[in-house]
Amino acid sequence: MMLRAAPILIGVALVSVALAGQWMIGGGASLEGRGGAREVRADAEGDAAVIARTAPRVSAGLVDYHGVEAGVSCMTCHSTREPDRANGLGGALPKTFHQGLAFAHAGMSCLSCHHADDYDSLRLADGRKLAFRDSQQLCAQCHGPQTRDYLNGSHGGMTGYWDKSRGGRVRNACIDCHDPHAPAYPALIPVFAPRDAAARQQAEREQRHHRHE
Amino acid sequence: MSRRTALKALGATLGAAAFAQAIAPLTEWAADMSVDEYLQKHYKELSPVDLAMVIARLEQRTKEETGVEVHIGDYRPQPGVKFGYALNLSICVGCRRCAQACHVENNHDRPSGNSYIRVLEMQKGSMDLAKGRVNYSGPVPNPEKFYLPVQCQQCDKPPCVSVCPVEATWKETDGIVVVDYNWCIGCRYCEAACPYHARRFNWKKPEIPAAEINPDQGYLSNRIRPQGVMEKCTFCLHRTRQGKLPACLEACPTGARVFGNLLDPESEIRWVLKNKRVFVLKEDVGTQPSFFYFFDE
Repeated sequence: MMLRAAPILIGVALVSVALAGQWMIGGGASLEGRGGAREVRADAEGDAAVIARTAPRVSAGLVDYHGVEAGVSCMTCHSTREPDRANGLGGALPKTFHQGLAFAHAGMSCLSCHHADDYDSLRLADGRKLAFRDSQQLCAQCHGPQTRDYLNGSHGGMTGYWDKSRGGRVRNACIDCHDPHAPAYPALIPVFAPRDAAARQQAEREQRHHRHE
Repeated sequence: MSRRTALKALGATLGAAAFAQAIAPLTEWAADMSVDEYLQKHYKELSPVDLAMVIARLEQRTKEETGVEVHIGDYRPQPGVKFGYALNLSICVGCRRCAQACHVENNHDRPSGNSYIRVLEMQKGSMDLAKGRVNYSGPVPNPEKFYLPVQCQQCDKPPCVSVCPVEATWKETDGIVVVDYNWCIGCRYCEAACPYHARRFNWKKPEIPAAEINPDQGYLSNRIRPQGVMEKCTFCLHRTRQGKLPACLEACPTGARVFGNLLDPESEIRWVLKNKRVFVLKEDVGTQPSFFYFFDE
Protein backbone atom coordinates (compact mmCIF):
# COMPACT_ATOMS: atom_id res chain seq x y z
CA MET A 1 0.00 0.00 0.00
CA MET A 2 2.84 2.30 0.95
CA LEU A 3 4.57 1.66 -2.39
CA ARG A 4 1.52 2.68 -4.36
CA ALA A 5 1.15 5.83 -2.32
CA ALA A 6 4.82 6.73 -2.58
CA PRO A 7 4.67 9.01 -5.66
CA ILE A 8 1.83 11.01 -4.13
CA LEU A 9 3.66 11.28 -0.83
CA ILE A 10 6.80 12.45 -2.59
CA GLY A 11 4.74 15.11 -4.33
CA VAL A 12 3.26 16.28 -1.07
CA ALA A 13 6.68 16.31 0.52
CA LEU A 14 8.27 18.34 -2.25
CA VAL A 15 5.46 20.88 -2.21
CA SER A 16 5.64 21.25 1.54
CA VAL A 17 9.40 21.64 1.48
CA ALA A 18 9.11 24.19 -1.33
CA LEU A 19 6.56 26.14 0.71
CA ALA A 20 8.71 25.90 3.80
CA GLY A 21 11.59 27.48 1.91
CA GLN A 22 9.62 30.66 1.33
CA TRP A 23 9.25 31.77 4.89
CA MET A 24 12.45 30.66 6.53
CA ILE A 25 14.90 33.48 7.00
CA GLY A 26 18.40 33.82 8.36
CA GLY A 27 20.33 31.12 10.16
CA GLY A 28 22.01 28.48 8.11
CA ALA A 29 22.16 27.39 4.51
CA SER A 30 19.00 27.13 2.50
CA LEU A 31 17.20 23.80 2.33
CA GLU A 32 17.81 23.59 -1.38
CA GLY A 33 21.38 23.09 -2.42
CA ARG A 34 22.20 21.24 0.76
CA GLY A 35 22.07 18.31 -1.54
CA GLY A 36 20.73 14.84 -1.69
CA ALA A 37 17.59 13.69 -3.46
CA ARG A 38 14.56 13.37 -1.21
CA GLU A 39 12.84 10.07 -0.93
CA VAL A 40 9.86 8.87 1.04
CA ARG A 41 9.83 5.56 2.81
CA ALA A 42 7.96 3.81 5.55
CA ASP A 43 9.36 4.04 9.06
CA ALA A 44 9.88 1.10 11.40
CA GLU A 45 6.18 0.98 12.26
CA GLY A 46 5.29 0.75 8.60
CA ASP A 47 2.41 3.16 9.04
CA ALA A 48 4.18 6.43 8.54
CA ALA A 49 6.46 7.82 5.92
CA VAL A 50 9.62 9.75 6.61
CA ILE A 51 11.35 12.04 4.22
CA ALA A 52 14.98 11.05 3.94
CA ARG A 53 17.83 12.21 1.77
CA THR A 54 20.31 10.23 -0.22
CA ALA A 55 23.98 11.22 -0.21
CA PRO A 56 24.36 14.93 -0.88
CA ARG A 57 26.01 16.61 -3.81
CA VAL A 58 28.14 19.57 -2.92
CA SER A 59 27.73 22.79 -4.84
CA ALA A 60 30.81 23.52 -6.91
CA GLY A 61 29.95 27.22 -6.96
CA LEU A 62 29.71 27.01 -10.75
CA VAL A 63 26.86 26.82 -13.19
CA ASP A 64 26.78 24.56 -16.20
CA TYR A 65 25.94 25.39 -19.82
CA HIS A 66 22.22 25.42 -18.97
CA GLY A 67 22.63 27.73 -16.03
CA VAL A 68 22.03 24.88 -13.58
CA GLU A 69 24.16 24.85 -10.48
CA ALA A 70 26.80 22.17 -10.73
CA GLY A 71 26.93 19.69 -7.90
CA VAL A 72 29.59 17.10 -7.37
CA SER A 73 29.60 13.93 -5.33
CA CYS A 74 31.78 14.06 -2.23
CA MET A 75 33.72 11.08 -3.50
CA THR A 76 34.73 12.98 -6.64
CA CYS A 77 37.47 14.58 -4.58
CA HIS A 78 37.61 12.52 -1.46
CA SER A 79 38.36 9.22 -3.23
CA THR A 80 41.81 10.54 -4.08
CA ARG A 81 42.72 12.86 -1.24
CA GLU A 82 43.79 11.93 2.24
CA PRO A 83 41.27 12.97 4.89
CA ASP A 84 42.49 15.84 7.06
CA ARG A 85 41.78 14.26 10.40
CA ALA A 86 43.14 17.23 12.29
CA ASN A 87 40.68 19.64 10.72
CA GLY A 88 38.30 20.68 13.47
CA LEU A 89 35.40 22.95 12.69
CA GLY A 90 35.73 23.13 8.96
CA GLY A 91 37.06 26.67 8.98
CA ALA A 92 40.07 25.79 6.88
CA LEU A 93 38.17 23.79 4.27
CA PRO A 94 39.06 24.59 0.69
CA LYS A 95 36.81 27.46 -0.29
CA THR A 96 36.18 26.23 -3.81
CA PHE A 97 33.93 23.47 -2.53
CA HIS A 98 31.72 23.18 0.54
CA GLN A 99 29.93 26.34 -0.62
CA GLY A 100 27.18 27.78 1.45
CA LEU A 101 27.80 25.57 4.45
CA ALA A 102 27.48 27.19 7.85
CA PHE A 103 29.24 25.50 10.74
CA ALA A 104 27.54 25.90 14.07
CA HIS A 105 26.94 22.45 15.49
CA ALA A 106 28.48 22.29 18.94
CA GLY A 107 32.23 21.67 18.68
CA MET A 108 32.01 18.91 16.17
CA SER A 109 34.42 18.35 13.33
CA CYS A 110 33.51 17.18 9.82
CA LEU A 111 34.69 13.68 10.54
CA SER A 112 32.51 13.40 13.63
CA CYS A 113 29.67 12.59 11.27
CA HIS A 114 31.24 12.10 7.82
CA HIS A 115 33.03 8.83 7.26
CA ALA A 116 36.70 9.44 6.46
CA ASP A 117 37.01 6.28 4.37
CA ASP A 118 33.76 6.73 2.46
CA TYR A 119 32.46 10.25 2.08
CA ASP A 120 29.22 8.98 0.58
CA SER A 121 28.43 7.54 4.00
CA LEU A 122 27.99 8.91 7.45
CA ARG A 123 29.83 7.74 10.53
CA LEU A 124 28.28 6.63 13.77
CA ALA A 125 30.10 7.43 17.02
CA ASP A 126 31.52 3.91 17.18
CA GLY A 127 33.00 4.23 13.68
CA ARG A 128 30.40 2.18 11.81
CA LYS A 129 29.20 3.41 8.43
CA LEU A 130 25.68 4.76 8.10
CA ALA A 131 23.81 5.51 4.88
CA PHE A 132 22.73 9.13 4.42
CA ARG A 133 19.13 8.01 4.21
CA ASP A 134 19.40 6.77 7.81
CA SER A 135 20.78 10.08 9.10
CA GLN A 136 18.17 10.21 11.88
CA GLN A 137 20.13 7.51 13.69
CA LEU A 138 23.15 9.79 13.65
CA CYS A 139 21.18 12.63 15.23
CA ALA A 140 19.70 10.25 17.77
CA GLN A 141 23.10 9.45 19.26
CA CYS A 142 23.20 12.82 21.00
CA HIS A 143 19.63 14.10 20.81
CA GLY A 144 17.92 11.45 22.90
CA PRO A 145 14.93 13.41 24.24
CA GLN A 146 14.14 14.78 20.77
CA THR A 147 14.36 11.28 19.27
CA ARG A 148 12.13 9.88 21.98
CA ASP A 149 9.58 12.63 21.31
CA TYR A 150 9.88 12.16 17.56
CA LEU A 151 9.25 8.44 17.84
CA ASN A 152 6.19 9.20 19.94
CA GLY A 153 4.79 11.70 17.49
CA SER A 154 5.39 14.85 19.49
CA HIS A 155 8.29 16.46 17.66
CA GLY A 156 8.40 17.44 14.01
CA GLY A 157 5.70 18.38 11.56
CA MET A 158 3.51 15.85 9.80
CA THR A 159 0.53 15.55 7.48
CA GLY A 160 -1.98 12.78 6.91
CA TYR A 161 -4.05 10.65 9.25
CA TRP A 162 -4.25 10.41 13.04
CA ASP A 163 -6.18 7.16 12.57
CA LYS A 164 -3.52 4.81 11.26
CA SER A 165 -6.12 2.27 10.22
CA ARG A 166 -7.46 4.73 7.66
CA GLY A 167 -4.34 6.22 6.13
CA GLY A 168 -0.65 7.02 6.39
CA ARG A 169 1.30 10.09 7.30
CA VAL A 170 4.21 12.01 5.90
CA ARG A 171 6.62 13.10 8.59
CA ASN A 172 9.50 15.50 8.38
CA ALA A 173 12.95 14.11 9.08
CA CYS A 174 15.30 15.95 11.47
CA ILE A 175 17.20 17.64 8.66
CA ASP A 176 14.08 18.99 6.98
CA CYS A 177 13.94 21.63 9.70
CA HIS A 178 17.45 21.52 11.19
CA ASP A 179 20.45 22.16 8.97
CA PRO A 180 22.83 19.43 10.17
CA HIS A 181 25.77 21.85 9.96
CA ALA A 182 23.96 24.65 11.83
CA PRO A 183 20.96 23.02 13.44
CA ALA A 184 19.40 25.95 15.32
CA TYR A 185 15.86 26.38 14.00
CA PRO A 186 15.77 29.49 11.82
CA ALA A 187 13.89 32.61 12.91
CA LEU A 188 10.61 33.17 11.09
CA ILE A 189 8.49 36.12 10.10
CA PRO A 190 5.00 35.35 11.41
CA VAL A 191 2.25 35.19 8.81
CA PHE A 192 -1.42 36.17 9.00
CA ALA A 193 -1.35 39.27 11.22
CA PRO A 194 -4.60 39.33 13.22
CA ARG A 195 -7.26 41.84 12.19
CA ASP A 196 -10.07 40.89 14.56
CA ALA A 197 -11.56 42.88 17.43
CA ALA A 198 -8.99 41.56 19.91
CA ALA A 199 -6.17 42.88 17.73
CA ARG A 200 -7.85 46.25 17.22
CA GLN A 201 -8.57 46.68 20.93
CA GLN A 202 -5.03 45.79 21.83
CA ALA A 203 -3.64 48.28 19.31
CA GLU A 204 -5.88 51.02 20.76
CA ARG A 205 -4.90 50.13 24.33
CA GLU A 206 -1.24 50.25 23.51
CA GLN A 207 -1.64 53.55 21.68
CA ARG A 208 -3.37 55.09 24.72
CA HIS A 209 -0.68 53.73 26.98
CA HIS A 210 1.96 55.17 24.68
CA ARG A 211 0.36 58.64 24.79
CA HIS A 212 0.29 58.61 28.59
CA GLU A 213 3.99 58.00 28.84
CA MET B 1 -62.31 67.40 6.93
CA SER B 2 -62.02 68.39 10.53
CA ARG B 3 -58.71 69.22 12.10
CA ARG B 4 -59.09 66.14 14.30
CA THR B 5 -59.53 63.78 11.33
CA ALA B 6 -56.62 65.33 9.53
CA LEU B 7 -54.32 64.93 12.53
CA LYS B 8 -55.49 61.34 13.00
CA ALA B 9 -54.77 60.54 9.35
CA LEU B 10 -51.36 62.21 9.56
CA GLY B 11 -50.55 60.33 12.74
CA ALA B 12 -51.62 57.01 11.26
CA THR B 13 -49.54 57.63 8.13
CA LEU B 14 -46.46 58.58 10.12
CA GLY B 15 -46.96 55.61 12.41
CA ALA B 16 -47.27 53.20 9.51
CA ALA B 17 -44.18 54.66 7.84
CA ALA B 18 -42.16 54.43 11.04
CA PHE B 19 -43.29 50.85 11.53
CA ALA B 20 -42.37 49.93 7.97
CA GLN B 21 -38.97 51.56 8.45
CA ALA B 22 -38.46 49.72 11.73
CA ILE B 23 -39.19 46.29 10.28
CA ALA B 24 -37.32 46.91 7.01
CA PRO B 25 -34.23 44.92 8.10
CA LEU B 26 -36.53 42.04 8.96
CA THR B 27 -38.04 41.92 5.49
CA GLU B 28 -34.61 42.08 3.92
CA TRP B 29 -33.44 39.28 6.15
CA ALA B 30 -36.54 37.22 5.39
CA ALA B 31 -35.84 37.51 1.66
CA ASP B 32 -32.65 35.59 2.32
CA MET B 33 -34.46 32.78 4.14
CA SER B 34 -36.84 30.28 2.59
CA VAL B 35 -39.92 28.97 4.37
CA ASP B 36 -38.27 25.55 4.53
CA GLU B 37 -35.30 27.06 6.27
CA TYR B 38 -37.47 28.98 8.70
CA LEU B 39 -39.38 25.83 9.62
CA GLN B 40 -36.26 23.64 9.76
CA LYS B 41 -36.01 21.49 12.88
CA HIS B 42 -33.08 21.21 15.27
CA TYR B 43 -30.17 19.11 13.91
CA LYS B 44 -30.83 16.35 16.43
CA GLU B 45 -34.49 16.12 15.40
CA LEU B 46 -33.89 16.02 11.67
CA SER B 47 -34.62 12.63 10.08
CA PRO B 48 -31.98 11.35 7.64
CA VAL B 49 -34.31 12.29 4.77
CA ASP B 50 -34.86 15.80 6.14
CA LEU B 51 -31.14 16.30 6.63
CA ALA B 52 -30.36 15.08 3.12
CA MET B 53 -32.84 17.66 1.78
CA VAL B 54 -31.36 20.41 3.95
CA ILE B 55 -27.86 19.58 2.74
CA ALA B 56 -28.98 19.44 -0.89
CA ARG B 57 -30.57 22.87 -0.46
CA LEU B 58 -27.39 24.32 1.07
CA GLU B 59 -25.20 22.83 -1.66
CA GLN B 60 -27.57 24.16 -4.30
CA ARG B 61 -27.58 27.62 -2.78
CA THR B 62 -23.78 27.76 -2.64
CA LYS B 63 -23.74 26.73 -6.30
CA GLU B 64 -26.20 29.48 -7.21
CA GLU B 65 -24.44 32.16 -5.21
CA THR B 66 -20.82 31.32 -5.96
CA GLY B 67 -20.80 28.83 -8.81
CA VAL B 68 -18.79 26.42 -6.69
CA GLU B 69 -19.73 22.74 -6.33
CA VAL B 70 -19.29 21.93 -2.67
CA HIS B 71 -19.87 18.73 -0.78
CA ILE B 72 -21.40 19.04 2.66
CA GLY B 73 -21.05 15.87 4.71
CA ASP B 74 -22.85 14.94 7.92
CA TYR B 75 -19.92 13.45 9.81
CA ARG B 76 -20.92 11.69 13.02
CA PRO B 77 -18.74 10.81 16.01
CA GLN B 78 -17.04 7.40 15.85
CA PRO B 79 -17.71 5.00 18.71
CA GLY B 80 -14.68 4.56 20.96
CA VAL B 81 -13.16 7.88 20.00
CA LYS B 82 -12.73 10.95 22.18
CA PHE B 83 -10.48 13.59 20.72
CA GLY B 84 -7.65 15.22 22.60
CA TYR B 85 -5.18 17.85 21.54
CA ALA B 86 -1.86 18.78 23.11
CA LEU B 87 0.47 21.64 22.29
CA ASN B 88 4.17 21.82 23.10
CA LEU B 89 4.92 25.40 24.14
CA SER B 90 8.66 24.74 24.09
CA ILE B 91 8.48 24.04 20.37
CA CYS B 92 5.86 26.56 19.21
CA VAL B 93 7.66 29.51 17.58
CA GLY B 94 4.62 31.75 17.12
CA CYS B 95 4.62 31.74 13.31
CA ARG B 96 0.77 31.78 13.22
CA ARG B 97 0.61 29.29 10.39
CA CYS B 98 -2.01 27.36 12.38
CA ALA B 99 -4.28 30.42 12.48
CA GLN B 100 -3.82 30.90 8.77
CA ALA B 101 -4.55 27.25 7.98
CA CYS B 102 -7.73 27.48 10.06
CA HIS B 103 -8.79 30.56 8.10
CA VAL B 104 -8.38 28.75 4.79
CA GLU B 105 -9.74 25.34 5.84
CA ASN B 106 -12.86 26.59 7.57
CA ASN B 107 -14.15 29.05 4.95
CA HIS B 108 -13.69 32.06 7.16
CA ASP B 109 -14.65 35.57 6.16
CA ARG B 110 -11.73 37.00 4.17
CA PRO B 111 -12.13 40.76 4.86
CA SER B 112 -12.05 40.32 8.65
CA GLY B 113 -9.32 37.66 8.59
CA ASN B 114 -11.28 35.46 10.96
CA SER B 115 -9.72 32.36 12.49
CA TYR B 116 -10.59 30.07 15.40
CA ILE B 117 -7.01 30.31 16.65
CA ARG B 118 -5.42 33.27 18.39
CA VAL B 119 -1.71 33.13 19.13
CA LEU B 120 -0.70 35.06 22.24
CA GLU B 121 2.83 36.27 22.74
CA MET B 122 3.46 35.74 26.45
CA GLN B 123 6.17 36.93 28.80
CA LYS B 124 8.29 33.98 29.92
CA GLY B 125 7.39 32.99 33.47
CA SER B 126 3.84 34.32 33.28
CA MET B 127 0.58 32.55 32.50
CA ASP B 128 -1.55 35.71 32.64
CA LEU B 129 -3.60 35.39 29.45
CA ALA B 130 -4.76 39.00 29.78
CA LYS B 131 -1.16 40.13 29.26
CA GLY B 132 -0.73 38.06 26.10
CA ARG B 133 -0.27 40.12 22.97
CA VAL B 134 -1.75 39.16 19.61
CA ASN B 135 -0.25 42.05 17.61
CA TYR B 136 3.32 40.84 17.60
CA SER B 137 5.49 40.86 14.53
CA GLY B 138 8.69 39.05 13.64
CA PRO B 139 11.16 37.71 13.67
CA VAL B 140 9.93 35.00 15.99
CA PRO B 141 10.59 33.47 18.39
CA ASN B 142 11.61 36.39 20.57
CA PRO B 143 13.94 34.81 23.17
CA GLU B 144 12.14 36.58 26.04
CA LYS B 145 8.71 35.31 25.06
CA PHE B 146 6.78 32.14 24.53
CA TYR B 147 3.83 31.67 22.21
CA LEU B 148 0.45 30.37 23.28
CA PRO B 149 -2.02 29.44 20.56
CA VAL B 150 -5.56 29.43 21.97
CA GLN B 151 -8.59 27.87 20.32
CA CYS B 152 -11.68 26.01 21.53
CA GLN B 153 -10.61 23.73 24.38
CA GLN B 154 -13.55 21.34 23.76
CA CYS B 155 -14.33 21.37 27.50
CA ASP B 156 -15.99 18.45 29.21
CA LYS B 157 -17.95 21.01 31.26
CA PRO B 158 -18.52 23.63 28.59
CA PRO B 159 -20.00 26.90 29.94
CA CYS B 160 -20.91 27.92 26.39
CA VAL B 161 -23.28 24.96 26.17
CA SER B 162 -24.99 25.51 29.50
CA VAL B 163 -25.74 29.19 28.80
CA CYS B 164 -27.29 28.64 25.38
CA PRO B 165 -31.00 29.47 25.76
CA VAL B 166 -32.08 27.39 22.75
CA GLU B 167 -29.74 24.37 22.90
CA ALA B 168 -28.19 25.33 19.58
CA THR B 169 -24.79 24.18 20.84
CA TRP B 170 -23.90 20.89 22.51
CA LYS B 171 -21.09 18.45 23.18
CA GLU B 172 -20.90 15.32 21.04
CA THR B 173 -19.72 11.89 22.20
CA ASP B 174 -16.25 12.37 20.71
CA GLY B 175 -15.84 15.50 22.79
CA ILE B 176 -16.38 18.12 20.09
CA VAL B 177 -18.64 21.04 20.97
CA VAL B 178 -20.69 21.89 17.89
CA VAL B 179 -23.17 24.57 16.81
CA ASP B 180 -26.32 24.07 14.74
CA TYR B 181 -25.95 27.21 12.60
CA ASN B 182 -29.60 26.97 11.59
CA TRP B 183 -30.85 26.84 15.18
CA CYS B 184 -28.59 29.50 16.70
CA ILE B 185 -30.36 32.78 17.41
CA GLY B 186 -27.15 34.80 17.66
CA CYS B 187 -27.60 36.03 21.23
CA ARG B 188 -23.84 35.65 21.86
CA TYR B 189 -24.30 34.39 25.44
CA CYS B 190 -21.85 31.57 24.62
CA GLU B 191 -19.26 34.07 23.44
CA ALA B 192 -19.52 35.85 26.77
CA ALA B 193 -19.44 32.59 28.74
CA CYS B 194 -16.32 31.12 27.15
CA PRO B 195 -13.26 31.72 29.35
CA TYR B 196 -10.96 31.19 26.34
CA HIS B 197 -12.54 33.70 23.91
CA ALA B 198 -12.91 30.81 21.52
CA ARG B 199 -16.25 31.67 19.97
CA ARG B 200 -16.80 33.99 17.01
CA PHE B 201 -19.89 35.81 15.80
CA ASN B 202 -20.79 36.23 12.15
CA TRP B 203 -21.57 39.93 11.97
CA LYS B 204 -22.17 39.40 8.28
CA LYS B 205 -22.26 36.50 5.89
CA PRO B 206 -18.68 35.37 5.29
CA GLU B 207 -17.22 36.71 2.05
CA ILE B 208 -14.88 34.29 0.29
CA PRO B 209 -13.71 34.54 -3.33
CA ALA B 210 -15.16 31.56 -5.23
CA ALA B 211 -11.70 30.22 -6.06
CA GLU B 212 -10.80 30.07 -2.37
CA ILE B 213 -13.87 28.24 -1.07
CA ASN B 214 -12.95 24.90 0.49
CA PRO B 215 -15.46 22.51 -1.11
CA ASP B 216 -14.93 19.72 1.44
CA GLN B 217 -17.39 20.83 4.07
CA GLY B 218 -19.09 19.49 7.16
CA TYR B 219 -22.65 20.35 8.14
CA LEU B 220 -21.56 21.02 11.73
CA SER B 221 -18.19 22.51 10.85
CA ASN B 222 -16.82 24.49 7.92
CA ARG B 223 -19.83 24.97 5.65
CA ILE B 224 -20.30 28.64 4.86
CA ARG B 225 -22.08 30.11 7.85
CA PRO B 226 -25.17 32.32 7.66
CA GLN B 227 -25.14 35.85 9.02
CA GLY B 228 -25.93 36.39 12.69
CA VAL B 229 -24.84 33.04 14.15
CA MET B 230 -22.03 31.85 16.38
CA GLU B 231 -19.22 29.64 15.21
CA LYS B 232 -16.22 27.95 16.78
CA CYS B 233 -13.36 25.51 16.32
CA THR B 234 -14.67 21.98 15.72
CA PHE B 235 -11.25 20.25 15.69
CA CYS B 236 -11.94 20.17 11.91
CA LEU B 237 -14.52 17.43 12.42
CA HIS B 238 -15.05 17.10 8.67
CA ARG B 239 -11.42 15.93 8.57
CA THR B 240 -10.86 14.31 11.95
CA ARG B 241 -14.03 12.20 11.87
CA GLN B 242 -12.62 10.72 8.67
CA GLY B 243 -9.35 9.89 10.39
CA LYS B 244 -7.37 12.87 9.12
CA LEU B 245 -5.34 15.32 11.16
CA PRO B 246 -6.75 18.81 11.78
CA ALA B 247 -5.62 21.56 9.41
CA CYS B 248 -3.82 23.52 12.14
CA LEU B 249 -1.68 20.50 13.01
CA GLU B 250 -0.72 19.88 9.39
CA ALA B 251 0.27 23.53 9.02
CA CYS B 252 2.51 23.51 12.10
CA PRO B 253 6.10 23.53 10.84
CA THR B 254 7.66 22.53 14.15
CA GLY B 255 5.42 19.67 15.21
CA ALA B 256 4.26 21.46 18.36
CA ARG B 257 0.80 19.95 18.00
CA VAL B 258 -0.24 16.40 18.94
CA PHE B 259 -3.72 15.14 18.13
CA GLY B 260 -5.41 11.82 18.68
CA ASN B 261 -7.85 9.54 20.43
CA LEU B 262 -7.82 9.85 24.22
CA LEU B 263 -9.51 6.45 24.55
CA ASP B 264 -6.72 4.62 22.71
CA PRO B 265 -3.97 3.82 25.22
CA GLU B 266 -1.46 3.40 22.36
CA SER B 267 -2.16 6.82 20.85
CA GLU B 268 0.42 9.59 20.73
CA ILE B 269 -1.81 11.96 22.65
CA ARG B 270 -1.95 9.42 25.49
CA TRP B 271 1.84 9.15 25.41
CA VAL B 272 2.06 12.91 25.87
CA LEU B 273 -0.42 12.91 28.76
CA LYS B 274 1.48 10.11 30.45
CA ASN B 275 5.04 11.34 29.91
CA LYS B 276 4.87 15.13 29.78
CA ARG B 277 3.89 17.53 32.52
CA VAL B 278 0.72 18.75 30.90
CA PHE B 279 -1.60 21.48 32.14
CA VAL B 280 -4.82 23.07 30.99
CA LEU B 281 -5.68 26.75 30.70
CA LYS B 282 -7.67 28.25 33.59
CA GLU B 283 -8.00 24.94 35.39
CA ASP B 284 -9.55 26.82 38.33
CA VAL B 285 -12.73 27.64 36.38
CA GLY B 286 -13.55 23.93 36.21
CA THR B 287 -14.19 23.61 32.49
CA GLN B 288 -12.16 20.39 32.12
CA PRO B 289 -10.65 21.05 28.68
CA SER B 290 -9.68 18.34 26.18
CA PHE B 291 -6.87 20.64 25.07
CA PHE B 292 -3.57 20.31 26.91
CA TYR B 293 -0.37 22.33 26.96
CA PHE B 294 3.10 21.31 28.02
CA PHE B 295 6.69 22.43 28.13
CA ASP B 296 9.65 20.16 27.49
CA GLU B 297 11.79 19.39 30.49
